[in-house]
Order: sequence, then C-alpha cells, then structure tokens
Amino acid sequence: MDYSQFGSMIPELIVLGIFMVVFLFDTFSGEKGKKILTPFATILFLLGTIAIWIVPASGEEIFGGMYINNTATNAIKAILNVGVFIVLLQSAKWVQSDEVAIRKGEFYELILVTLFGMYLMVSARHFLLFIIGLESASLPLAALVAFNKRHYESHEAAIKYIMTAVFSSAILLTGLSFVYAFSGGSLYFSDIALNINQGEMSGLLIAALAFVIAGIGFKLSLVPFHLWTADVYEGAPTAVTSYLSVISKGAAAFAFFIIFVQCFGTVYSDAWEWMMYAVIILTITVGNLFAIRQKNMKRFMAFSSISQAGYIMLGAMAADTLGLASMIFYIFVYIVSNLGAFAVISSIEDKTGKLSMDDYNGLHKTNPYLSFLMTLAMFSLAGIPPFAGFFSKILIFTSVTGTGSWALYMLVLIALINTIISLYYYLLVVKAMWISPDEPKIEKFESGRCQKVSFFLCGAGIIFFGVVPYIYQYCYDAVVNSSDVIASIMVFVFR
Amino acid sequence: MFENILIWFVVIPVIMMAGLGLCRNSSMNAIRAVMVVCSTVLLGLSIWLCCDFLRLRGMGVDDEMLFTGSWMWYEPLNIHLAVGVDGISVLMLLLSSVIVFAGTFASWKISPLPKNFFLWFALLSTGVFGFFISIDIFTMFMFYEVALIPMYLLIGVWGTGRKEYSAMKLTLMLMGGSAFLMLGLLGIYWHSAPEGGQLTWNILEISHNASIAPEWQNMLFCFTFVGFGVLGAMFPFHTWSPDGHACAPTAVSMLHAGVLMKLGGYGCFRIAIFLLPQAANELAWIFIILTGVSIVYGAFSACVQTDLKYINAYSSVSHCGMVLFAILMLNTTAMTGAILQMLSHGLMTALFFALIGMIYGRTHTRDIRQMGGLMKIMPYLGVCYMIAGFASLGLPGLSGFVAEMTIFFGSFQDADLFHRIFVIAATCSIVITAVYILRVVGKLLLGPVQDEHHLALTDATWFERLSTVTLILCIAGIGCFPNWINETIQHSFAPIMAAVQSVAL
Repeated sequence: MDYSQFGSMIPELIVLGIFMVVFLFDTFSGEKGKKILTPFATILFLLGTIAIWIVPASGEEIFGGMYINNTATNAIKAILNVGVFIVLLQSAKWVQSDEVAIRKGEFYELILVTLFGMYLMVSARHFLLFIIGLESASLPLAALVAFNKRHYESHEAAIKYIMTAVFSSAILLTGLSFVYAFSGGSLYFSDIALNINQGEMSGLLIAALAFVIAGIGFKLSLVPFHLWTADVYEGAPTAVTSYLSVISKGAAAFAFFIIFVQCFGTVYSDAWEWMMYAVIILTITVGNLFAIRQKNMKRFMAFSSISQAGYIMLGAMAADTLGLASMIFYIFVYIVSNLGAFAVISSIEDKTGKLSMDDYNGLHKTNPYLSFLMTLAMFSLAGIPPFAGFFSKILIFTSVTGTGSWALYMLVLIALINTIISLYYYLLVVKAMWISPDEPKIEKFESGRCQKVSFFLCGAGIIFFGVVPYIYQYCYDAVVNSSDVIASIMVFVFR
Repeated sequence: MFENILIWFVVIPVIMMAGLGLCRNSSMNAIRAVMVVCSTVLLGLSIWLCCDFLRLRGMGVDDEMLFTGSWMWYEPLNIHLAVGVDGISVLMLLLSSVIVFAGTFASWKISPLPKNFFLWFALLSTGVFGFFISIDIFTMFMFYEVALIPMYLLIGVWGTGRKEYSAMKLTLMLMGGSAFLMLGLLGIYWHSAPEGGQLTWNILEISHNASIAPEWQNMLFCFTFVGFGVLGAMFPFHTWSPDGHACAPTAVSMLHAGVLMKLGGYGCFRIAIFLLPQAANELAWIFIILTGVSIVYGAFSACVQTDLKYINAYSSVSHCGMVLFAILMLNTTAMTGAILQMLSHGLMTALFFALIGMIYGRTHTRDIRQMGGLMKIMPYLGVCYMIAGFASLGLPGLSGFVAEMTIFFGSFQDADLFHRIFVIAATCSIVITAVYILRVVGKLLLGPVQDEHHLALTDATWFERLSTVTLILCIAGIGCFPNWINETIQHSFAPIMAAVQSVAL
C-alpha cells in the first residue's frame, strides 16, 4: 500500500493532529496546564481552521476512489470549521464551570472526533467510508449530549439520541444492502451510478432509496424522522445543542447531496424526486407550525432548525451546480445566524439559568447588545434583508426554480409561504425583547470575553456576508472546480 | 462607483445609521443633528438630481434611463447593483426626501429610545431610496424588503393602541405579498432571455430581449401585481393599512402612507406592466375590478370612522386604489395621472398624518366626537388641516385636483362599457371624499368646543411649522405648476406604452 496517499487527506490530518495534541496535553499536563487547556485548544483550532482555508485542495482520489479531497469538500470543511470555532468560543465559559471543568478535555476531544467523522462523511466516495464517518460522528455526540452528568434531562436526551442514531444507522445499512444487491456488488458511488442506470426500476430500488433517505434524514432531523430533535436539543448542554443544530446538520446535508446526485442522480425523477418533495414540504411546514407554540428557547430553536433543514434540502432538489453552491452558502449563513442566537441563549443561561421566552421580556432595557444580536439572528433566520439570511434563502430559491418545472415552482411557493409563518415566530422573540411592556427579568450582566468574540463574529457574519458576495463566490468556485461533482451533475442534467 | 450620484441616495442613509450608532440614547441633540443634517443633504441631493435631470433632457438626451451605472454583485447569477432613473423615479426620490425631511421634524420629541427609533427610520429610508434608484429586479426586491421590516419595530415599540397586533398583522401581510412577488421575479429572471442567452435581472435588458411565453406571463403577472398590490393597499389585501396606520407613530405613518405605499404602485408600473405587457393587456380587467372596489369601498369606509387616523387610512386605500386603477388603464394620460396622484397623495397624506400626530399629542384623543372648535384654539394647525382636506377632495390649485382630473380624463379614453362603468364609479368617489373630509373639518375644526381642557392647548411649535410648511408648499407647487412635472415624466412612458401596444390585440 502506498502510504503517501494519506498525504492528500490534509483537512483530516489537521483535525487529527489537533486531536492528538489536545489529548496528550490533557492527559499529561498538571493542574496548571489544565487551566490553559481552553485557550490552548481554541487557538490551536483557530490555526487549524485558517490552515484549511488556505491550503488548496489536491483534488486527488485516493484509496482507489474511496476518498476525495476536492475544492467543494474543502469548502464545506472550512465552513464547518468556522462554526466549530464559534461553538468553542461560546462554550469557553461553560466548560470552566465547576461541574464540567474537570472533564473539559473530553469535551474538546469528543468535538474533534465527531468533526473528524463528519469530514469523512463529506469526502467519502464509498459507502463503507461514509458509514465509518457517520458512526464516528454520531456515537461521540451521544456522549457529548450526556455531558451534564448531574442533570437527568441530559441523560434522557443522550439515551434518546443514541437510540435513534443507532436505529437510523440500521435503517441506512438495510437500505445500502438493497443498493448493493443491484449495484453489481460494489459500494463505490461511481459504480452504483453506472449500474443503477442499467437496471430497471423496481420496488426494491424505491425501498432502498426510502431507507437511505430515512437514515440520513434522522441526522438532518427531516420530518417524519425528527421526533428526537426537540427533546435532545432541550436536554443537551447548550454548547452541544448549538453544535448539533448546525455542524452535524451541515455535514449531513452536504453528504446527502453528494450521495443522491452521484449515486442516484440517474433515477432522480423516477425514484427520489417525489419522496424528497414530500419530505421537504413536511419538514418546513411541521417544523414551523410546532415552533410557534414553543416557550422554551432551546425547544424553539430545535423546531426552527427542523424547518431550516428543509430549506437546506431545497438545494438537493435543484441538484445542480447552483443548487450545491447555494446549499453550502446556506449552511454557512445558517451557521452564523443560528450560532448568533445560541450565543445569546447560552450566555444568558450561563449567567441566570433562564431559558424561557418569557424571561426575555424587556431584555433590551438591561442588555441592549444581546437583544440587538438576537434580533439580527432572528431576522437573518427569517430571511430579512440586508442580513445574510435573505441572500441565502433567495439564492437557494433561485436555484430551485431554475429547473423550470411547475412542480418545483409550487415547492418554492410553499417554502415562501412558510417563511411568513417562520417570520411570525421569530418576531415573537423580537417582540418579547423589544415590545413587551413587562419589567425585565434578566439583570444587566457582562458576558465572558470569548463569548463577546463569538457575538462579534456572528454579528459581523450576519451583517456582512450577505452584502459582500465573497463567501457565495467562494462556494460557487469551489463547486465549479471540483471535477467529480461537476461530472456527476452533468450526467444528471442530460439524463 | 461613488462617482454616480444615485449611489449616494443609499450611502447617505447608511452614513446616517452609522452616525446614529455613535450617538447615545440620552443625547437627543446629537441625534437630531445627525438626522437634520442627513435629511437636508438628501433633500438637496434630490433637488439637484431633479435639476440635472431636466437639464440633460433639455439638452436632448433621450435615453430610457439616465445616470445609469452597473456593478457586478453575485456573479454566478448575474446579479448586478444596477442603478438608473427616469422622470418617474426622479420625482419619487424627490417625494421621499421631502417626506423624510418632514418626518424628521415631525418626530422631534420622540421617546423612548430616540436613537433606536431613528436607526430603524433610517433603515426604512435606505430601503425606499434604494428601491427607486434600482433597475435590477434583485436589488429592487431587496430594498423593497429592507423598507418593510423596520415597520414592525417602529409600530411595535413606538406605536399607540393595539400596536402589537397591528404591527404583526402589517408585517405578515406585507411579507406575504412579497413572497408572491419573489416568485414572480424568479420566474421573470429564468425567462429573461431567449433560449441559451445570458439571463439577467436588469429591467431594461429584460424589456428588450425577453419574450416570455403567454401562459407564464399570465401567472407571473398575477404574482407580481398581487405582490406589489398588497403594499398598494389593493382590495382585498388592504386590511393591514387601517390598523397599521392607526397604531404607527406620526413619522412612520407619514413615511409609510406617503412613500411606502407608492412602492406598490411604482412596482406594478415598472415590473408587472413593463416586463409582462401581454399579460397586462389580457388580465388588466381582473385588477381593474379589484382596484375599482378599493376606491369606492375605501371612501365609504372612511365616512363612518370616528378615529382620525382610521379616516385617513381608509382614504389612503381609496386614493392608492386610484393609482393602481389608472396604471391599469394602460394609456399615457391615465398613467401621468397615476404618477401625479402618487405625488399628491404622498404629500397630502403625510401632511394629514403629521397634523393628526400634532393634534393627538395635544388632545390625547383621536376621536372626532370628543373634539371640536380646534380652529379657535390652534388656528395654525386648523388651517393646515383644512388645506390638506381640500387637497384631498380635489380643490383646484392644489395637487389633488390635477391628479384626479388627469386620471379621469385618461381613463375615459377606453370606450367600452366595462371600463366606462368602473370609471364612472371611481369618479363618484370624489363626492364621497368630499363627504368625509367636510364631515371631519366641520366637526373637528369648526363646531363647538367639546372639551374645556382643550382651551388651554397651544398652537404649533417651530419644528412642527417647518414640517407642515414644507409639505404645503409642495402640494401647492404641484397644484399650481403641474407642467414641470409633466415635463419631467413625459419621456418615461414611451417605452412602457411601446411594450404594451406592441402586443395589444
């Protein structure tokens, strides 16, 4: 075996390297060393993130085409890294708290391991590698969800999460075994695409695709596979909730796109277009309707993130270059907006332990900057210009309507009507903070320094990266320059 | 980029926001200084633009749009920041800056949180100005939505009455409209060039190149017209207007009724009719019915209201209905009337809302049954109110007369029974307008004093006078010298009429 092939896995090596350093540092350092673990890990991660942004993708397929590191995968990895960095900043305060301080090394290690798994998911071109990535991304997450050892909600959430994760993996594997049946005995994406084209449509294929959608749908919390979401989000520590809601969702969405366009692109209109059509409509609508009645901010964000996942998956419906570019851009914007909201939620939770929307009444009187950031985040999630959320929504809608079919037009219409519903409940938060006449329930307080940096990053991301088209251009170029994605899309366009 | 004068209409409000961001909530004078300086600069800039525009037209420059500029924004989708103005947009910019100027003075003593109020106010004006300078439908839509969302907080935080309900209703209805609009615009984009051509969002390029299939045109026309029509308070999508206006603070009502509702009319004109002319010919009748209903229905509703702001809001429904009605007649005279009506309604409605705000600030009631004889107590405000009322019911010499006459002349050119019936019905609304205006004037200004406490009230202060005098001068200016407006806009209809007539039956 040619070990030099590992040299192409630069992002993975970087994350693995950071993991090793943090692990060894955590294991062998004394009391003093433990104190600087948080800044050490955060800064190391920042350097890694910068490295991934800078180092160009090799574009090589290695291990016989099992793994690829091209510009598109590099782009999504870089964007996920930015999100993880913000999560680390937000959690800096929480990991220092008495309850978890002793285990904070584990927190960073588990985060890095799951991130490594997501990298493999994104880069996999063979289902075996994909499954390895998926598992190493989801099992350590369960440990993270249970991180608040002394809270039974956290345990309950972890049990729920691990049960659904394992169950969904089982379903996914069943689906893949069906796929294996008619792919001519190969699990390479390219082989599957070739062989499915030759075979004729069968009930088995439909079942296989349904199982695969269900399996990945659990990760993305698409309706009807979303039932775990609200409870897990509520029970998990807030830092983990924000990690779950953006990072693991972003990676799964990208992987979904690649799998469905590369393996099953040739049976798009026969087999999975209508399935995804129904799933997306359900996801957006159900997520929105349930979010209206939530009073707990974490549950509220859970349902809001369900409906946002539906919008992300619209990119898969478009299934072309613009679709993928808009999807990556949407993931980026969703990361900064959602983390902006979670920055406020977690900072308030750290200080006061309050999580109910009613507690936010009159927040602007005591904490004007927090309310301002929360307002920005809510507007961005609702898709209000000039904030980034508007651009990501409109670009993804543009890519979906580009296919020119009436059915997709109607899908966009439904999605647009849903943005109005979502605007309603996002405005409820704004209303609580700015309009409610009640006396503020949260005292004035200073957030930690790291949290302030994360406020700044999220706020700047929301304000600037819509108006400045740099990130979108970056995503688009990344997609256009990654030849294997383009090749599969081209096959798919002239099907 | 910054050598283009039009860009400054967006840059100055942004500077205004930055300047406000540096002020503290407690330093009222600094906030006022920023607002006054910037809104005066905007007013000066728009007057200068207007003069320059007339000069260029006088020199025989007859491009469709002047001062054009275009900068690439989102390259993969060919989205540009494209700007350009014709006579209509120049006048709309002038109107907006007059109202922003007057609105600044009308909210001189806003509280609480003056800084935040003016921040959102500045964001709103950024949207309005950006909308009128854009000739790229993407940026146009973006600015359109920028103008909508600050309304929620402006009404919700600084409003009166059932403000939470009204703010939410207004925001959701307008955003619902813009959802339909969005779909229409996306459809236009994907059909903006013949097969294989470079797709574009630029209005001029679309109007030259596109040949959208009729069935698509019909669908897209409905989406865009309804989308803009919601903001133009078209029946049955007008219900946000009375509640929203009644609860909004003074300056916001002024800007919203004065300028924001014009966005609807302007958008219908510039996008729905101009880019989809065939559908406009075919489907105009549906919307003529709807707008005809809003004219008459709005006027009748205004007759039975007792809250001053509700009266005005319904009267706005009626007058804005007239704008859309005239645009749908698809002839030059009626469209000229529509533009005049937009200006006239913008100014007089802003004046009305400013005065109502001032009266309400003194009497703390807007119910006309509880007030009376205000002419004796505050003669200045009383006279201003009368002038606004006369402008509204179309007294010659004021702007309302010119606008409505032109609209009805133009509308009468269509000789078939259907158009005749609706034009006659719409014309009757003048009488109803007179009924509700005179009722208010008689009750509020002339009748006996209803409440003894009112006798102690004072007349207008200097900043209130400044705000009203500006508006009255403009109203009288349009009324007495309508010719220069005609001169400004006369070239602007040719491309639209050409588009409409080339596909007429």
